[in-house]
Amino acid sequence: MSHTRAIDALRHLAARQRWRPVEVAFWVATLLPFVLAPAYLTLASQIAITAIFAVSLDLIVGYAGLVSLGHATFFGLGAYTAGLLAKAGWGEPLSGLLLAASVAGCFGWLTGFIVVRVRHLALIMITLGIGLLLYEVANRESWLTGGNDGLQGVVIWKLLGRFDFDLYGTTAYTYALAMLLLVVLMARRLIHSPFGLSLRAIRENERRMSPIGISSRAQLHRIYTIAAAIAGIAGGLLAQTTQFVDLSTLGFQRSADLLVMLALGGTGRLYGGVLGAIVFMIARDRLADVNPQYWYFWIGLLLVCVVLFVPNGILGGLARLKPRDTQ
Amino acid sequence: MKRLIAAWLGLLAVLVVSPAGWAQQTIKIGVILPFSGQFADTGIQLDNGIKLYMQQHGDIVAGKKIEVIRKDVGGIAPEVAKRLAQELVVRDNVDILTGFALTPNALAAADVSAQAKKFMVVGNAATSIITTKSPYMARTSVTLPQIDEVFGDWAAKQGIKTVYTIVSDYGPGIDAETSFVRGFTAAGGKAVGSVRVPVANPDFSAFVQRAKDANPDAIFIFVPGGAQPAALGKALAGRGITPKTMKILGNGEIAMEDALKNMGDDAIGIITAFHYDPNHDSALNKQFVADYNKAFGRNPDIFSVGGYDGMRLIYEALAKTGGNTDGQALIDAAKGMAWESPRGPIAIDKDTRDIVQTVYIRRVEKVDGKLVNVEFDKIPDVKDPVKARMPK
Amino acid sequence: MIAPAVGVIFDGLAYGMLLFLLAVGLSVTLGLMNFVNLAHGAFAMFGGYVAATLMNTLGWPFLTTLPVAFLLTAVVSVAFERALYRRLYRATELDQVLLTIGLVFMSVAATAYIYGTQQQPVRLPAFLRGYTAIDGVNLSHYRLFLIVVALVVTLVLVVALERTRFGAQVRASVDNQRMARGLGINVELVFAATFALGSGLAGLGGALSIEIIGLDPNFAFTYLIYVLIVVAVGGLGSIRGSLLAAVLLGVSDAAGKYYVPTLGSFLIYLVMISLLLWRPAGLFGRRAA
Repeated sequence: MSHTRAIDALRHLAARQRWRPVEVAFWVATLLPFVLAPAYLTLASQIAITAIFAVSLDLIVGYAGLVSLGHATFFGLGAYTAGLLAKAGWGEPLSGLLLAASVAGCFGWLTGFIVVRVRHLALIMITLGIGLLLYEVANRESWLTGGNDGLQGVVIWKLLGRFDFDLYGTTAYTYALAMLLLVVLMARRLIHSPFGLSLRAIRENERRMSPIGISSRAQLHRIYTIAAAIAGIAGGLLAQTTQFVDLSTLGFQRSADLLVMLALGGTGRLYGGVLGAIVFMIARDRLADVNPQYWYFWIGLLLVCVVLFVPNGILGGLARLKPRDTQ
Repeated sequence: MKRLIAAWLGLLAVLVVSPAGWAQQTIKIGVILPFSGQFADTGIQLDNGIKLYMQQHGDIVAGKKIEVIRKDVGGIAPEVAKRLAQELVVRDNVDILTGFALTPNALAAADVSAQAKKFMVVGNAATSIITTKSPYMARTSVTLPQIDEVFGDWAAKQGIKTVYTIVSDYGPGIDAETSFVRGFTAAGGKAVGSVRVPVANPDFSAFVQRAKDANPDAIFIFVPGGAQPAALGKALAGRGITPKTMKILGNGEIAMEDALKNMGDDAIGIITAFHYDPNHDSALNKQFVADYNKAFGRNPDIFSVGGYDGMRLIYEALAKTGGNTDGQALIDAAKGMAWESPRGPIAIDKDTRDIVQTVYIRRVEKVDGKLVNVEFDKIPDVKDPVKARMPK
Repeated sequence: MIAPAVGVIFDGLAYGMLLFLLAVGLSVTLGLMNFVNLAHGAFAMFGGYVAATLMNTLGWPFLTTLPVAFLLTAVVSVAFERALYRRLYRATELDQVLLTIGLVFMSVAATAYIYGTQQQPVRLPAFLRGYTAIDGVNLSHYRLFLIVVALVVTLVLVVALERTRFGAQVRASVDNQRMARGLGINVELVFAATFALGSGLAGLGGALSIEIIGLDPNFAFTYLIYVLIVVAVGGLGSIRGSLLAAVLLGVSDAAGKYYVPTLGSFLIYLVMISLLLWRPAGLFGRRAA
């Protein structure tokens, strides 16, 4: 009996992993900026980078249920790692990105020991506190980080030895988009795996976990580390495509903005972070032109409306419109 | 055959009438400033300076129309600043970049100026190395070392032998401290101690007490504007440090209009060094302040004058090149330019392309019931000392 | 070195008292309603601007603006509670955080629009300005005033909580909402009244803080962090805990800055993280919130 149930479960998971037409359409659409909006490729690359960052936060917040206000810590660590490596003379982008992810992931693993032990307000405060601490360290050690002025002398070599990071942003967007695809593919497999399922179980009801043999702390620690590494990738990408790193990569503003993006798009739905990043950044770009002073008012209002009327974000709202049998 | 000729004529007409055809007649200037967020006031004041200059001098230079495109960078966001600069150059075809209230943003955008060979005028950002990042860049604001090194020198020459420094723990604060101490010790003074206060600091009491314990002849202060100058002033008075008992020296930020209003009478006697004050006594400045108040309902400040002079530099450089917007031509025209600004005589250094100006020493006094900075000494033609020391 | 340190510690104590006033409301409502209200800082800011407007535009004396700041903030907060917060009592923590952050964004932008981004000045009555020298140490009158106000508020709160019927109802609702409802206690009313009280205190704190830490549209964000630290460390729902945590924070901050200034901001965050790891519910928290 249990044998067939296990196979059913795996089959169910496999079914969820199949590519839906909407998804394919989305990825095709990401190629449009090359043709339709070639002057906006730099913006597109920064949206892609933010989307990667958002997916990493979604893994923690949406799937594991841990509310973190300090995720920019890993973004900034990745950015500074990639930047410092380039400054020291090794400007190869792909290996730099790998190092960025590793350093961020390491720090995620270390702080994970603390983070998985707490919940609710204590969790929010500890993640916030770690973020603020690291910001202070970066500010203080300006001999290393360039402090307030930022890191100077970041020179990135050509991507794959051929593609220069130029003013038009073509290479930057291709690079960031490719990384986004990789990250989403990885996240998809993770989410639809038994590991992913156990995370959602922990999010729903943690107390029931140890009786059924799941060590919630170990699982949460694992996802926290993975999410940290992915955030590090996003940070490293930003450093490499803009050839500049400064304290704003570590700041609280970045963590808060990310949470807003995730709320807009919808947590716990793989593409929620991506959609949120796209909406937020395009809105900010457009509104900043029209009415720069009070853009925060409108985004605040949008956030309040989304939380009240469209909980689970845009994707959540859309999902409710479509009747589904499973979900 | 007739149809073919008509078609060609039509195409020709379209090309002539189209924006591409008109571009030759318009010079586009991209302004990148923080119009929202924490530094919005700085951005707005700088932009007001730009607007006032254009109001006074019209928008035609060398027979071409000046078009200004404004972009909000939102605060300290170098990746946004760089992207906006890129978009302005690539998409909007701007010829000149200006604005730049914040150092990280200016540094990031400098890359674009260098790569695309566009004339760039920095209107506020005050870190020395900024102008070294692009050969097409000039600055019309100030650098902190420019003010504080001569201030330190001046202080030592006044007979002040020992100083204790209290500065905010971030780039500008550390810059100010390093420069002041350098100038001060070079002229024979001794720095007996220092303390760095966290940037987001609500309470100065402990730091002021440490200063008092060291019993120096003078205290040198640098804190950013906003809530801090008033809080610091109150802490000083609270611990019994008044200009009667100890000389209080500060970088001009702590004596800007808002800060003085909030500090109240505790501020009387504080000595500061700065490059501009709205009460500066010159006919040109009085006119400038009057026009500014008429247009915007408030007094100008250092940001306004940085933007105003920046616009003047752009206009004069364009006049000199006859409307040629080539980066090299404009920067060559800008080098060595000297003129009378509302702040006093200023010039653009030929080698470093940075601003050369007079540093005024002022004391806070109560005049007609209002607290103002009264200039009582000055050091003319001060260049940025950090770049002056750099190997050529 | 005793005299100078005493002055510094005194200032730190006063600062801690100010934090207590700002934070106690959040601690009680968070403990009572389990609602993460990050807009608490915005309510404090509102109180501050009420006081500033009354003083600067209408010329009211400082002391009379204080009760008005308290009352007006209390009233406005109840309006928000009835209209918005009530809908999210059963929602996830994340949703509450997001809603209230959205409100903070809006309040910061709206305040900047109405008042501009400059600092708001404050005019104190003569007896609150100046200092009294005791044994060579300057004690600021205003800080003495702050300490007295905070102690009075604590006394009133503790008495209200422990000796009055309303206080008993509040305590019952905190301990076990369902049971309290079952006993006929109008929990909704208790929530609304407590929320009004807590936010009113924040408003009062905001008005009192102008003299010490200044007031500008970013206040809602900047002091939110310190308030959250006090609440998290003190323990949700505990007045005693908030007082202790706030005093601890204020004094250790001042002492740290005086004796070991190089530690700077590190100290607060390190202390907070360590305390929370040792006691995730805070020093006096009733449950692992």
